[in-house]
Amino acid sequence: MIELTDIKKTYLMGETEVHALNGVSLVIPDGAFVAIIGPSGSGKSTLMNVIGCLDVADEGTYKLDGQYVKDMTERQLGTIRNQKIGFIFQQFNLLPKLTAYENVELPLIYQGLSHDERKQRTIESLTKVGLADRMDHKPTELSGGQQQRVAIARALATHPTLILADEPTGNLDSQSGKEIMQMLKDLNAEGRGIVLITHDTWVASQADEQVRIVDGQIETKGRKGGAQ
Amino acid sequence: MKLSQALKMAMMSLKGNKMRSFLTMLGIIIGVLAVTLLISVVQGATGEITGQVESLGSNLVFAQITSPKTVYITVDDVMKLEGMGGIDIVTASKSGSSTVKAGTENKSATVEGVTAQYNQVMNLDLLYGRFLAPLDVEAKTNNAVIGYKVAKDLYGTTKCLGNSVNIKGRDFTVIGVLDEGDSMISSTDSTVYIPLLTYQRLFNDKELGAIYVSAENADAVDTAETTLDEYLLKELGDEDYFTVINQSAILDAMDQILGVMTTLLAGIAAISLLVGGIGIMNIMLVSVSERTREIGIRKAIGAQKSDIMIQFLIESVVLSVAGGLIGILLGLIGLQIFEQIMDINLVLTWSTTALALGFSAGVGIVFGIGPANKAANLKPIDALRYE
Ligand SMILES: Nc1ncnc2c1ncn2[C@@H]1O[C@H](COP(=O)(O)OP(=O)(O)OP(=O)(O)O)[C@@H](O)[C@H]1O
Ligand SMILES: [Mg+2]
Repeated sequence: MIELTDIKKTYLMGETEVHALNGVSLVIPDGAFVAIIGPSGSGKSTLMNVIGCLDVADEGTYKLDGQYVKDMTERQLGTIRNQKIGFIFQQFNLLPKLTAYENVELPLIYQGLSHDERKQRTIESLTKVGLADRMDHKPTELSGGQQQRVAIARALATHPTLILADEPTGNLDSQSGKEIMQMLKDLNAEGRGIVLITHDTWVASQADEQVRIVDGQIETKGRKGGAQ
Repeated sequence: MKLSQALKMAMMSLKGNKMRSFLTMLGIIIGVLAVTLLISVVQGATGEITGQVESLGSNLVFAQITSPKTVYITVDDVMKLEGMGGIDIVTASKSGSSTVKAGTENKSATVEGVTAQYNQVMNLDLLYGRFLAPLDVEAKTNNAVIGYKVAKDLYGTTKCLGNSVNIKGRDFTVIGVLDEGDSMISSTDSTVYIPLLTYQRLFNDKELGAIYVSAENADAVDTAETTLDEYLLKELGDEDYFTVINQSAILDAMDQILGVMTTLLAGIAAISLLVGGIGIMNIMLVSVSERTREIGIRKAIGAQKSDIMIQFLIESVVLSVAGGLIGILLGLIGLQIFEQIMDINLVLTWSTTALALGFSAGVGIVFGIGPANKAANLKPIDALRYE
């Protein structure tokens, strides 16, 4: 359960203040599938980074599963990123020198799992995204869609309860985009919460709830089917 | 994260940049090579020289005479010292260099006029024949004992007893050949020993160059030294005309010189390791900023600060320790070569090895900690945004 209350984040660009987030309040229950939409520069990624504990808000409170994020140590935040949350980025963010297998294994290494357990989970995740036969490929030897699937496998490997995806289909053709969306829907069906940022109206329409952000503020929230 | 995993990660990124890793290590390799070679050579030389000085016998006291031509002592006077306060055997010598000839061969050598007791005091090793006897000196015979190299050069063999050698137009008979000496402080190999009185007449030189006395026993060295000192002062009349030295004084002086040399060399070696360390630090800093994005990704998927810290620290320690090991290996090869060239016995002691390795590991940690800390403290979001 994510509870954001009056979150503000301001960047200082020279003399001018940029209010990337200007009082965002949002509750995302466990297992929800939420799409965040809005124009470029409206603060979507900033919000996502706050939710993912990659960044901290300047003002407001963020409660994750009942705990105030502000009170957590750096180590606790690291553990949350490692165990509770799986990230999927627009630029995939795979480590270029590692193979698909090693990329997926990495968060499990940081968890301190045994070799056998890592192997089992890594193969399981890669199989799930349909890349069991590409395990030894480096990212450069994979297509964009395949790279994003490796990234999904990496996010999945730790069995997170929440998956954060910042424009996961933004760099992909529509066919690959559809495949990725199907995977996310399947993950949501397993009970994992998904927060997804997109510009694509079709992608947004796949979510249960759409949150529209403009100028760092929530403009509208809408459930699937148009209900407010 | 387990240490073995961190080590694996570090090795992978070092292997991914082989040329750079090697060049970075080079600083440490050269530093450690310098440390091992310098320390081993100094230790080897110290052992060698000390051994030679000690082989002269710890009872030896000698005086170098530098008096002007007008003041001199005779051999007969000097011999009276024998049996006086603490003194056992006395010998005197005077040397000069001259060309020695045999047949068509000639060679420049040190010609040293000595008394028969010289051999007793200096412990020379004879290969063939005998040393000069008291009779040779008294009768001013033309007998000579020649060094190993003189024999080889003049006759092509050391089996040259009875041959004649010409010094300053006078023919001498070879009655003894010395074994090859391994001494670096006094070379007997290129020396021709002739009776002292013969020498004095031949070179028209009444002075004595040096007086050697051996004390009755180790405890009597000081007494013998005083006796010699007082005697020479009385005979020559000025303490500036001679210098009395005993073996322990030589050893002390040598120890001091070698100590200074060791410190100096160790200092040079330490500086080169320091330079190597700065090289590592430089490359690690470059590496951290190049891999900022990688660090961001690692943190996003759950790497802790300590994980990043350890990863980078291990990289720098692996670089420096690997450099250290390669340096020691090259040092061992270098020592073999030095041994061949310098003809001395050199060993790389465990303490030197441990010192070199410990120092290089220390360099890795000291110079790696800054960059590693920089990497570990990057904020995940800033690192991820880095292009
Ligand atoms: N590190 C930063 N320093 C300064 N300003 C920033 C920084 N990060 C974001 N901003 C500003 O905050 C605002 C929101 O940025 P954000 O990346 O959240 O937008 P976005 O909605 O994700 O846009 P897009 O759809 O293009 O990805 C923008 O005006 C941006 O310029
Ligand atoms: Mg964005």
